[in-house]
Amino acid sequence: MSESIRAICMPKWGLSMKEGTVAGWLMDEGDEISSGDEVMDVDTEKISSAVEVSESGILRRQIASEGDTLSVGDLLGVLADADTSDADIDAFVAEFQANYVPPADDEEDGGAATETVDVDGRTIRYLLRGEGGVPIILVHGFGGDLNNWLFNHEALAANRAVYALDLPGHGASSKDVGEGGVAALAAVVSGFMATLNIDKAHLVGHSLGGAISLCVALDNTDKVASLTLIGSAGLGAEINGDYLQGFIAAERRKDLKPHVEMLFSDPALVTRQLINDLLAFKRIDGVQAALETIMAAFAPGGNQALVMRDRVGDIAAPVLAIWGSGDRIVPASHGEGLPANVRTEIMAGQGHMVQMEAASDVNRLIDELIG
Amino acid sequence: MARIITYQQAIGEALAQEMERDKTVVLMGEDVAGGAGAPGEDDAWGGVLGVTKGLHGKFGDRVMDTPITESAFVGAAVGAATSGLRPVVELMFIDFMGVCFDQIFNQAAKFRYMFGGNAETPVVIRTMYGAGFRAAAQHSQCLYPLFTHIPGLKVVTPSTPYDAKGLLIQSIRDNDPVVFCEHKALYTLEGDVPEEAYTIPFGEANVTREGDDVTIVTLGRMLQVAHEAADALAKDGINCEVVDLRTTSPMDTDTIIESVENTGRLVVLDESHPRCSIATDVSAIVAQEAFGALKAPIQMVTAPHTPVPFAENLEELYIPDAANVQDAVRKVMGKD
Repeated sequence: MSESIRAICMPKWGLSMKEGTVAGWLMDEGDEISSGDEVMDVDTEKISSAVEVSESGILRRQIASEGDTLSVGDLLGVLADADTSDADIDAFVAEFQANYVPPADDEEDGGAATETVDVDGRTIRYLLRGEGGVPIILVHGFGGDLNNWLFNHEALAANRAVYALDLPGHGASSKDVGEGGVAALAAVVSGFMATLNIDKAHLVGHSLGGAISLCVALDNTDKVASLTLIGSAGLGAEINGDYLQGFIAAERRKDLKPHVEMLFSDPALVTRQLINDLLAFKRIDGVQAALETIMAAFAPGGNQALVMRDRVGDIAAPVLAIWGSGDRIVPASHGEGLPANVRTEIMAGQGHMVQMEAASDVNRLIDELIG
Repeated sequence: MARIITYQQAIGEALAQEMERDKTVVLMGEDVAGGAGAPGEDDAWGGVLGVTKGLHGKFGDRVMDTPITESAFVGAAVGAATSGLRPVVELMFIDFMGVCFDQIFNQAAKFRYMFGGNAETPVVIRTMYGAGFRAAAQHSQCLYPLFTHIPGLKVVTPSTPYDAKGLLIQSIRDNDPVVFCEHKALYTLEGDVPEEAYTIPFGEANVTREGDDVTIVTLGRMLQVAHEAADALAKDGINCEVVDLRTTSPMDTDTIIESVENTGRLVVLDESHPRCSIATDVSAIVAQEAFGALKAPIQMVTAPHTPVPFAENLEELYIPDAANVQDAVRKVMGKD
């Protein structure tokens, strides 16, 4: 059997994904595919996105059809070279399907289950994928959690260890946020690195997580190999205070939904399940107080308290700023006019959650930065 | 962090966490500590189905076994609630409420109103309901419509482990009397439940499945029957939206109407009797508020207007099943 044949499989986006439904192919049989291309749209219970391939070749076979619901890891299509025979591809498909076992309902994600670590008296949950190299640490934004990286985490972990953590007050980490400001949360991220013996890391932060990562980089220049700031806070005073207040105040679906829709360029991505998950988070004891404490320290009166723009030039490591041009939370103008050590990429038409909505572009930019 | 536990464990965990958090929370009921004469150690039984197992060992006298006199101990709990405690009283089977109606309907439900808002009665009455256990006519009924009828009571019917924990914590923290109805058949149901304490507000229905053809409004154990029917109907291209009421008082009429305005068709699925029930209530609300959206007459799928039979074959016939729901859905679709 030709070694050039590669399977395109149903991806696993987030720990809870068990299956996905094919919303449609984006490529035809016979099309030339390059690594990073999106080949298919898939809907899941929580979110819709595109399947990205990590290898190149010709799309020789579309196995899954629109409307099919398939388990994680099941065969979607086949990539191969032009000179691979149809018989070889048939044999590959037959063998794959004969050997394919859908993941059991209660099966943990092949060693990628979340773990917790005690950081200066707080429990911090994190998810580690990949191994080796200088690791990446992914830091989510206000009201988020490590699942905000579900389209980035695995792709970035191909050649290195990638940690995604839950900030205090978020996800399954302790709800004690201390003083709650950017510096206090940055101390937790530094403590996380120290506790896990991470001497040096590439920091990738989104929104509030960007400001936190920037703060860590300024305080520990020797420990940060590169810095990626996505729709980042910390680079200007302006922020959508109404969004922050509205997110905190919303107790019901219909109050929360319009606020969450402001995060995305495509409001259809805000599924019922996404809102339910956010409500379930907000309804845990201690979360409301944690969010209010962070808000009071991070953006009192609706403006950011800590602006580090003038100090970005002090960072020796390469810095990348990524923004959606239509970001309604932190304006994309904050990414412009930064010092020469910063590469800024503004993505047309994208919103605040650009790492989810334009995952393949964001992953490619981070890979280029890190090398 | 969420992990998988049963509905029964979720209820026990909610009780333990609230007792830990708030010293005024106490438990009362038949055998809730361990059974009369039992030492009340960790290995004591803890209620007829073991929901309160282990709590007496942890909280001592705050878990009280009572004599078999429902009117006395429910009355005691109501009185304690008016004077500073937050009792959670277990009334083993909902069928036994009949002997303490005055305490519930005329006392607990009325105090806030009759004392001009100056009295609060933060009592939770936990109780088991539902057929399917060959427990015959006096231990199998679905009597939540009776409580839903009474202003001043809040009525909760959780359908999943996640909802059971969040709604019970909400019930304990609520300042009004709450009747918390647990279906016996759900105790072994497993689901994701966060370890931390959390709440679910009353009057918020849960759309557990989205669809454009028919709205199925249901509650409690029947949620699973609705999903079973919806799965089968999806194979025939009929897409059902399923609305789980979660609480019947208050009831989230907005979500029901919003859904029916989208689908234009309504099937109400309720394990209680067909007259003056949740099914008739939801049907009446939709007929009044969303008549213009309806493309077909509303269908109700309920148990028949008879006592719950003891005979196995008759009890199976009595409980609404997925085939009944599919028939009703096909009828509103004009495909029967």
